[in-house]
Amino acid sequence: MSDVLLVLDGVHTHIGQYHILQGVDLAVPRGELTVLLGRNGAGKTTTLRTIMGLWPPSQGTISFDGRAIGGRATPDIARLGIGYVPESMGVFADLTVAENMRLAARLGPPDAARLDWIFGLFPALKRFWQLPAGLLSGGQKQMLSIARAIVEPKALILIDEPTKGIAPAIIEGMITAFKELKRDKTTILLVEQNFRFAASLGDSVAVMDDGRIVHRGAMQALAADSALQTRLLGLSLAAHQ
Amino acid sequence: MATTTSRSAPDDLPQTPRDLMPVLIAPVIALAALPLIGSPTTWVTLTVAALAMGMMIFVIASGLTLIFGLMDVLNFGHGAFIAIGAYMAMTVLGPLSGWVQSDALTLNLAALMLAVIAAMIGTGALGWAFERVIVRPVYGQHLKQILITMGGLIVAEQLIHVVWGGDQKPMPLPNGLRGAITIGDFALEKFRLLAVAVGLTVFIVMQLVLNRTKVGLLIRAGVENREMVEALGYRIRQLFVGVFIAGSALAGLGGTMWALYRETLTAAIGGDVMVLVFIVIIIGGLGSVGGCFLGAILVALTANYTAFLAPKIAVASNILLMVAILMWRPQGLYPVARR
Repeated sequence: MSDVLLVLDGVHTHIGQYHILQGVDLAVPRGELTVLLGRNGAGKTTTLRTIMGLWPPSQGTISFDGRAIGGRATPDIARLGIGYVPESMGVFADLTVAENMRLAARLGPPDAARLDWIFGLFPALKRFWQLPAGLLSGGQKQMLSIARAIVEPKALILIDEPTKGIAPAIIEGMITAFKELKRDKTTILLVEQNFRFAASLGDSVAVMDDGRIVHRGAMQALAADSALQTRLLGLSLAAHQ
Repeated sequence: MATTTSRSAPDDLPQTPRDLMPVLIAPVIALAALPLIGSPTTWVTLTVAALAMGMMIFVIASGLTLIFGLMDVLNFGHGAFIAIGAYMAMTVLGPLSGWVQSDALTLNLAALMLAVIAAMIGTGALGWAFERVIVRPVYGQHLKQILITMGGLIVAEQLIHVVWGGDQKPMPLPNGLRGAITIGDFALEKFRLLAVAVGLTVFIVMQLVLNRTKVGLLIRAGVENREMVEALGYRIRQLFVGVFIAGSALAGLGGTMWALYRETLTAAIGGDVMVLVFIVIIIGGLGSVGGCFLGAILVALTANYTAFLAPKIAVASNILLMVAILMWRPQGLYPVARR
């Protein structure tokens, strides 16, 4: 079994006339949390959507656990054990929290022990279980979106900017959740703008700019190097504090 | 893994908002019409006729609203399924004329049941072919969808001329469904009562499927955000084919009922009713079955009352109703969350 779960090799993605990804090379180590950083418009969300098959790559290869998945249909990619938490959260507002979770548990009714674990991480979901998801606050919707992605064990979870517009108290809950997932050896690819949040969780990091990966390395090394942070991200971790 | 937290007291939970305003419109229109019409007997006759008409329009429109909601497909060819369903039913009822003209209600209903089954199977199969050949190549392209499905409707109407001939056909009601049941001073036509019962049954079954089954959940979720449904691992294309077939079959059922209601049949029967169907799904909220049900009742009440009170504006009455509702609620009476 390879140490690398997901590999993108020279991936290009066009959306209409726009050339968004311009040769992305990325390796996501198995059982680690990899953070994808970069300014707005760098191509982070497009990278996740291309991996999920929501936008097909126009060039390059994507392989997951040794299998080529580039260009395959989204449901087939999801069925390989890849969970996706989009930036928009994608909760079904007309469905209750329970119905959202029931749909996310594709292989059968949600496992009771796993639900208990999720309720421990996100107690609000238990409280609002029978309410339409549209009534939840932004932070609660984000909890639901993450809970849906983890209601069944997944080999890889793609998470797009989970802290965007979310209250600090809820972010703390997310940190706990991601740490528990890491302890379970779940591989996570996290797109994030909040460097402080990313630095507290990430094992490895890739930085994107103009549709390419411009830096790869250990998160610890980037977190300790203010000059590198400023060069790659425009401002340092200290500026986030 | 962490242990379960205790359940919080439910008293401070946000309340699910109950939006009853649109539901109240129908009784308000009906009660407002009563003094204008004057005679309670006429009012009851018109109201029951409107409910029957509304239920038939709902049966036809319910599939179309889901087809639009789930895959963003504007199917102007839906009228073809209405017409072909009605012609198939007529074809089955022809050899069963003995049962149709019998005084035994069971034989009447058996003939009708066989005709409806044939119409639904036939239009369901046609819907499958229509989706594969005509709709599938134009997903995501609204202008092409309108043009090609309109073309499909024209081709279907011409094929009806070829197969069944171009002249107007009689579609006699079974004997047992003719006439009226009299309750006091009120006469309620039997077929209209049957149409109401069929419409209500379809509505209840759809509600049960949409709210109590996983397939229903997938349809509701897909109407709201089909991309996310696919990202959860569900092949929504297959689900859509199923909904398209079911919607086409319901159009066949509705077409059969509509032709029996009019007791005549032409190839244009589908195209004629489609104007009302589109008004219904727009004012109901695209993709909303509950909105479609309510919209059908409102359209039918408005059409019937206006035809009696002011025949000169009857044709425009439903357009005016649509304008009024869209000015109040631009997304329709019960918009689906995404729209």
